[in-house]
Amino acid sequence: MTVTYDHLLFEISKKGRRAYSLPESSVEKTELASVLPSHLLREEPAELPELSELQVMRHYTGLSNKNFGIETGFYPLGSCTMKYNPKINEDIARYSGFANIHPLQPEKSAQGALQLMHQLENSLKEVTGMDAISLQPAAGAQGEWAGLLIFKAYHEANGEGDQRRKILVPDSAHGTNPASAVVAGYDVVEIKSNEDGRVGVDALKAAVGPDTAGLMLTNPNTLGLFEVDIVEIAEIVHEAGGLLYYDGANANAILGKSTPGEMGFDVVHLNLHKTFSTPHGGGGPGSGPIGVKAYLTDFMPSPRIEKDGDYYKLTDNHPQSIGRVKGYYGNFGVNVRAYSYIRTMGAEGLQQVSEDAVLHANYLRARLSPYYDTPFSSHCKHEFVLSGNRQKKLGVRTADIAKRLLDYGFYSPTVYFPLIVDEALMIEPTETEAKETLDAFADALIEIAKDAETNPELVTGAPHTKAVKRLDEVTAARKPIVIYQKAHDNS
Amino acid sequence: MTDKKDLLFSKDHEWVERLSDNSVRVGISDYAVEQLGDIVFVELPEVDATVEAGSEFATVESVKSTSEIYTPVSGTVSNINESLEDEPEKLNESPYEEGWLVDITVSEELDLSDLMDAKAYQEYTDSL
Amino acid sequence: MTEQHRYLPTTEQDRKEMLETIGVSSIKDLFSDIPESTRATKNKAIELEEALSEQALTTYMKQLAGKNTTTDTHAYFLGAGVYDHYVPSIVNHVLLRSEFMTAYTPYQPEASQGELQALFEFQSMMCELTGMDVANSSLYDGFTSLGEACNLATSVTKKQQVLYSKGMHPQAKEVLKTYAYGMEYQVSEAPLENQVTDLNWLKENINEETAAVIIQYPNFFGNVEDLRAVKDLLADSKALLIVMANPLALALLESPGKLGADIVVGDTQPIGLPMSYGGPHCGYFAVRKQYMRKVPSRIVGQTVDSDGKRGFVMTLQTREQHIRREKATSNMSSNQALTALGTSVFLAAVGKQGLQDMAQQSVNHAHYVKHKLAEKGVTVLSNDSVFHEFVVQLSKPVSEVNDRLLEKGFVGGYDVSKEWGADNATLICVTEKRTIEEMNSFVEALAEEENR
Repeated sequence: MTVTYDHLLFEISKKGRRAYSLPESSVEKTELASVLPSHLLREEPAELPELSELQVMRHYTGLSNKNFGIETGFYPLGSCTMKYNPKINEDIARYSGFANIHPLQPEKSAQGALQLMHQLENSLKEVTGMDAISLQPAAGAQGEWAGLLIFKAYHEANGEGDQRRKILVPDSAHGTNPASAVVAGYDVVEIKSNEDGRVGVDALKAAVGPDTAGLMLTNPNTLGLFEVDIVEIAEIVHEAGGLLYYDGANANAILGKSTPGEMGFDVVHLNLHKTFSTPHGGGGPGSGPIGVKAYLTDFMPSPRIEKDGDYYKLTDNHPQSIGRVKGYYGNFGVNVRAYSYIRTMGAEGLQQVSEDAVLHANYLRARLSPYYDTPFSSHCKHEFVLSGNRQKKLGVRTADIAKRLLDYGFYSPTVYFPLIVDEALMIEPTETEAKETLDAFADALIEIAKDAETNPELVTGAPHTKAVKRLDEVTAARKPIVIYQKAHDNS
Repeated sequence: MTDKKDLLFSKDHEWVERLSDNSVRVGISDYAVEQLGDIVFVELPEVDATVEAGSEFATVESVKSTSEIYTPVSGTVSNINESLEDEPEKLNESPYEEGWLVDITVSEELDLSDLMDAKAYQEYTDSL
Repeated sequence: MTEQHRYLPTTEQDRKEMLETIGVSSIKDLFSDIPESTRATKNKAIELEEALSEQALTTYMKQLAGKNTTTDTHAYFLGAGVYDHYVPSIVNHVLLRSEFMTAYTPYQPEASQGELQALFEFQSMMCELTGMDVANSSLYDGFTSLGEACNLATSVTKKQQVLYSKGMHPQAKEVLKTYAYGMEYQVSEAPLENQVTDLNWLKENINEETAAVIIQYPNFFGNVEDLRAVKDLLADSKALLIVMANPLALALLESPGKLGADIVVGDTQPIGLPMSYGGPHCGYFAVRKQYMRKVPSRIVGQTVDSDGKRGFVMTLQTREQHIRREKATSNMSSNQALTALGTSVFLAAVGKQGLQDMAQQSVNHAHYVKHKLAEKGVTVLSNDSVFHEFVVQLSKPVSEVNDRLLEKGFVGGYDVSKEWGADNATLICVTEKRTIEEMNSFVEALAEEENR
């Protein structure tokens, strides 16, 4: 299909058109000019577009045709868990009893919502092996930040707040890990991975000390490898007086197989928009609940939900709490979808999810390893990392391979991450893809590897079939245009 | 204006041009520029800022990376290349002339003995 | 697993073939690297309720949803940061398009032009409303946007004191304090005078250490703050003026940018998003151009492709955590792209005139109810300079009155006794959605409660 639609909202606007009808009102107008000083009244109305209803729909349908989602095709983005987002969960989140309720309405008029949250907390306790859950964090990064503030409050309560100022982060970690540590007020110490792609016990021993506040770890890590020394790692950190944080971005690999609680972690977050199937929405909203071991519950974000007989209530009398990290109770609508997913799968289903996710990743890895460098030799979990080093020598970069995949009707894997692998391609197939899709994807990557040898221009010139060709990101960053120019000139 | 062969170089790929007995101009080498790729933004210190040899004083950014620039001398920033704000591409096009970064007035006697001349720097980069 | 699950396409035959290609004999081999002591075994397997069929699931979830009072069953006179406004049906239809809903962050711009353009339009419209130069493509919510704004202010001014108005949303204050706990700066509250921020107090307390002054517009109690007067107090200071604004009110109120704001933040829930028990909503974040490279989270920019055709990319990415890691000034990764899209569709639908009409009708309704209540002898504490919320003093506890209102089909105001500093004070909000019948009977019901 040739996509020709190329207009901005502002370019199709015409004065006088409308796509709304307000409720009728016979109430007399209140002139704000009679109650406010004139300089607080808008001089020029905001230049918003004026369109008919069909024009609005056609505009956004035109845009959607230039966008790629999971239902468009395979989306093997590593560390993002692009699994199917069940439709029924969209229906449920839109039930009036969930969508049209106010966060400050009387507790007794929102018992269904509180009950759902409480039950979701219980399910997540099981899945993580933790003792208490807070649904408040809006996303993984916010969960990390909240978790590290809990570290901080805990060390302060022990009189070690001034002393423990360092967070250890492996060099393979997601960028949010070190950044979250910084906005929690911590200094970051990077731990080098060993040759087999895991946290080296010796490097860790050398790094921990009386200044250690904690270690952040993703397990399996961003290379898709399980940290086999996790028990010893936990012991080393705990013995030094530090705490362990579990980045749950990769939890899709371990459902029903292991829990961060059993591994020795003190605080965890989960990405409900990854492991628990809620849609990514083009970048959000997500949901990043955190779980803690019993001795940290007093420090959790406030308010918390408690069950009193059959009555659910919100409590905010937690003097040691780190406070509130977000408005109200988190991204409730996202949590409704995640709870529906958990109820749909059950414990057995979730375990099957992880088994198939891991099987799929190992299968793709086995099919591709003759054609691409595989930096680490062991079996992977739910994702794996290839290196485009062999192709780079032919003048074809990983970025080119990523763009060429778009021509085959696939989205690209995560590229140039983790940073410790040159020309990295990080592939996460998820459990919801059929073997036929995995095979077609493997075939495409193999063909690209061959084209890199025989017809590199085909790859370096990609994509050839999208609405736009390769975009000039350099000029975009040098001379940023971040709002519609004409609207700006008029203002 | 500036001839590369009259400049001195640091191992961190900064170049230094002696402007007078107590002032120098600092930039980054063509080797460094090539490694960085298309430069999209340069963050410079403010005029009158104090800088210390070996410490970060500027940041150079490409689309997907940032690199810290270290000053080879201590002193006070007396002048910055303001044109880089709108035209960071000058660093790619002309690293030794239009792409200079800052002028520094040195506080103590100018000591450039740790730096390499152009020939030594060439040998150094060839070895990398 | 005995039965093939509808979300899982892999059959036993597929599994067998894949294991063969991998060269292992069973799935177990792929998990053998998990240490024995941490494995979920029979004794400590995760225990969840039985999996439900689609039908059983919807029955159960409807039952839970049915326990909640909703806008379908009750007329809401509750606002306090989250508002019951009209949302055109088309907003939801666009959000359900899976090309938007099921996409990830647009890392490959050539395959994500639709999302990128929609966010570029969102940024443009937020700048238009706020009067600012640059807006990002959204943050978690209004309160976290405020926290990020304060982190930005303390970082660029290198000062450690933030002054916020008592007229801020109480939860905004709480989130702000958590941010300050993280980055270790100090926050202090400026009192109110005559229902708006006390300018004399500000004047005395703005000093060389002040990084920012934060004002809510209109403030939590509904009063419209004079931003220009606050800005004038900052003339000799390096401190930034941060404004947390209700974007609907900006249809009628002068844009914070024109009145001197350096950063404008807030939540777009009132413009196009369902209340959803508090989330997901959508934080917006807009700044003057000079702070562009300090803005947290994703920004979309316009560029051209190799044929010279217009296109859009995420730009200025070196600000962000995935590049700057421990040198980043924000850890923002995911944004609220889908709810930002919802707001964009909303603004495209109501447009220039509709937004003004909607805001004006809300103002009309609020002032109408306020006057009617006063006529009935109810004590109205707010003066006239309010937008669509105002404070009333009841003669008995707010929760008691709200319980009775609930029985009569109304969701009453928010108890602000503590925030306002008077017993039994309640914050009432009236939007364009309330019908004349609802407003009149609410006034009757409240008056009746007062006279019991």
